Amino acid sequence: MTATVATPAEGTAGPYALSHLDALESEAVHIFREVAGEFERPVILFSGGKDSIVMLHLALKAFAPAPVPFTLLHVDTGHNFPEVLDYRDRTVAEHGLRLHVASVQDYIDRGVLKERPDGTRNPLQTLPLTEKIQSERFDAVFGGGRRDEEKARAKERVFSLRDEFSQWDPRRQRPELWNLYNGRHAPGEHVRVFPLSNWTELDVWQYIAREGIELPQIYFAHEREVFRRAGMWLTAGEWGGPKDGETVEKRQVRYRTVGDMSCTGAVDSVAVTLDQVIAEIAASRLTERGATRADDKLSEAAMEDRKREGYF
Amino acid sequence: MSTTTTEELSATTLLRFATAGSVDDGKSTLVGRLLHDSKSVLADQLEAVEHASRSRGQDTPDLALLTDGLRAEREQGITIDVAYRYFATPRRRFILADTPGHVQYTRNMVTGASTAELTVILVDARNGVVEQTRRHAAIAALLRVPHAVLAVNKMDLVEYRESVFAAIAEEFTAYATDLGVPEVTAIPISALAGDNVVEASANMDWYGGPTVLEHLETVPVSHDLSHCHARLPVQYVIRPQTADHPDYRGYAGQIAAGSFRVGESVTVLPSGRTSKISGIDVLGRPVAVAWTAQSVTVLLEDDIDISRGDLIVPAKDAPATTQDIEATVCHVADQPLTVGHRVLLKHGTRTVKAIVKDIPSRLTLDDLSLHPHPGQLVANDIGRVKIRTAERLPVDSYADSRRTGSFILIDPADGTTLTAGMVGESFASPEPVRDETEDDGWDF
Repeated sequence: MTATVATPAEGTAGPYALSHLDALESEAVHIFREVAGEFERPVILFSGGKDSIVMLHLALKAFAPAPVPFTLLHVDTGHNFPEVLDYRDRTVAEHGLRLHVASVQDYIDRGVLKERPDGTRNPLQTLPLTEKIQSERFDAVFGGGRRDEEKARAKERVFSLRDEFSQWDPRRQRPELWNLYNGRHAPGEHVRVFPLSNWTELDVWQYIAREGIELPQIYFAHEREVFRRAGMWLTAGEWGGPKDGETVEKRQVRYRTVGDMSCTGAVDSVAVTLDQVIAEIAASRLTERGATRADDKLSEAAMEDRKREGYF
Repeated sequence: MSTTTTEELSATTLLRFATAGSVDDGKSTLVGRLLHDSKSVLADQLEAVEHASRSRGQDTPDLALLTDGLRAEREQGITIDVAYRYFATPRRRFILADTPGHVQYTRNMVTGASTAELTVILVDARNGVVEQTRRHAAIAALLRVPHAVLAVNKMDLVEYRESVFAAIAEEFTAYATDLGVPEVTAIPISALAGDNVVEASANMDWYGGPTVLEHLETVPVSHDLSHCHARLPVQYVIRPQTADHPDYRGYAGQIAAGSFRVGESVTVLPSGRTSKISGIDVLGRPVAVAWTAQSVTVLLEDDIDISRGDLIVPAKDAPATTQDIEATVCHVADQPLTVGHRVLLKHGTRTVKAIVKDIPSRLTLDDLSLHPHPGQLVANDIGRVKIRTAERLPVDSYADSRRTGSFILIDPADGTTLTAGMVGESFASPEPVRDETEDDGWDF
C-alpha cells in the first residue's frame, strides 16, 4: 500500500503525523461522539466563555451535517457580562439549539440561597447547577475544564463520575486506559465529560484563530470603566461595585477568562486582534488564573498548604 | 516562546509520553526541570514553589514541588493516579503522563503508558538497574510503548563518570531489548543540577548524544502506516434527515489504525457485509484519504445496516472474529478478578457481556516468571486471562494494533473499570512457569 499524502503536517517527522491542533481536535470529537453514542441525555455547559465556545464549535463539527444532538445549559449568576449573554443568545438562535438556564437570582429571590457579604456569586452556582442536572435527568454534562488550569485539574479524568450529589470523589476515579472511556453510571449519578482536558490556554486561542471562531468582544482590548479591588480590575456595575473608597477609572483592558462580574478580573492589554491576543498570552509570565486572581498569585494547592501549616 | 509565531506553533506535533521512576530517583525534579527550563513555568507558579520551598526551610526553589500539587491529597491518604502535565517548545507540544513514583502501583504506569509514545525510565546512577527499573521496562514492553528513554540521574553524585553511565546503559539496553522494547536511548543527567535535561552538560563532555528535551523534540511520532491493518470502529451514525441532506448516512469514528481511501472495498464486522467507500469527511471537509487518529465520517456506496460498535476494515484485510479471547491483562480495580466473574468487555466502540473462563497464569515482573493458576488477580497484578464473550468480536493482536488489540473489563454491577487487556501473545507467554511454593506475593 503506497499512500499518497493529502495534507501532511509540515515540519514534522512523518507524512502521517497530525499537527498538535488536529490531534487535539480529533480527540475531542471522538469524546463527543462517544457520549452521543452511549448516553441518553447529555448537555453542554455553555457560559459564552471561550472554552465553552470552542466546545460547541467542536460539537458542531463532530456531527455535521447533522445538528448537535445535545442541549445547552447555562448557569446564570445574575452578574453576567451583557455582551456575553448577548453572544449566548445569538449562538443558540443561530444553530437552532435548546438552552436550559439555571438562575442563581431565582434561588436568591426564593430565599433558598443568600447573597454573600462579598457579593461573589460563584460559589452560589453549585446548587442551581446540580438541581438542574437532577430535575432534567442529564446523564452526561460536558464541561470546558482543562487540566492545565490548576494542579487538582491535572488529575481529572476525561469521563469523571459524579454521585447523586454531583460530588467528585478522587478516590472513586476510574483509571482511563487508551481511548476506552467508561461511561457506566447508576441512576441518579452522572458523568462530567471534559473534551478539552488535554488543551492548554494557548491551544484554545490558536484553535480559535485557526477556525475563525467569533468571540464576545470582552476578550479583546477595549476601554472599560473599572475599579481596583484586591489587586484586580473589576467592572463597575449594579452587582455591587465600586464601594466607598474605590474609584472608577477608564482603562484599556481585556478578559482572559469570563465568569461572574464580581470575581473575574480584567488585565491591562492592547491586544485587539486574535494574533495580538495569542502573542500576549505566549509572552505572559502569569497563568490564566494568576492573572485574573492577582490578589493571590499563589496557586490554590499552595494556599491549602499554607492554611494547613497554620500561616493564617 | 515570545518570539514564536502563530504559524510555527500551529505546525508543531504532539508527543505523549510517560515518566516512570520512584521518588528517590528524582522523577519529580526531572519533570520540574523540564517544565522550568523549557520556560513552561509561569511567574505565579514559580512564586508558589518559592514560597513553599521557603516555608520548608530550603534556600533554593525545589522544582519537585511544581508537580507535587498532589501532596495535599497524599496527606489525606487518597490514592493518587496519573496526573497530566503540559508544556511546549517551539518545535513540539508535550502531554506528560506523570505517574507518581511514591505509589508504586503497576496500574498507574499502565494507565500512563497506554497512551504514550515514549517512556522515560529513571535510574539513580549510584544504584544502577534495580528491580523497579526492570518492572518499568517490562511494563513499557507489555504496553508496547514505541520509544524508551533511560535517564541515568544523579550523575553529579558519581563524579560524572562515563564508566558508571556506560555500564548501566549497557545492562538496561540488553534487558529491554530482550523484552522487545524497540528503541532505547540512554542519557546521563543530573535533574537537580540541570545536566543534559534541557541544556547540554558541561560536566560530561564525553557524552555526545541529545539532551532529554532534544530527544523528546525529535523522536518520530508517526509510524509507517503501510504495515498497519486499517481499522475504523463506528462510534455513531450521522443521519441529518434534513431538507439539505435527506439521504446522508455517514459512519462516524476515529481511525484506530492504518488509512482509508475513497473507492476502497471495505467489510463491516461482525456482519461481514461488504461495500465501497464513496466518500470520507474529515470534520466537514471531504478528503481522498484519511489516516490514524483522524476523526472522520465515512460514506458507503451501499445502504447496509451498520451501527455503533461495528468495525469497518479493508475487504482484503479483515480480522477474524472470535468469542474466545486470550489476553495479557493488568488488573486496575481494588476488587479482585476471579474465574467465573461475569463482566462487560469494551473493545473499540462495542461493549459486550463476557465471562472470565480461566486465569492460566500471573506474571512476576521482577523476573518475568509465571505463576500457574493463581485463581484470581488483585489490584496491580498482571496475568494471562481467557475470556468468552457473548458476541463475536473482531479483535487484533495488541502487537499489531494498540487500539483494536486493547480492551477494558467493566463490573456490570457498579461500572467500575476492572482490568486493562491486551489481546494475544505477550513477551512473557512462553516463559517457564515458576514453582508455586515460591509464591510469596507482590511487593508493589
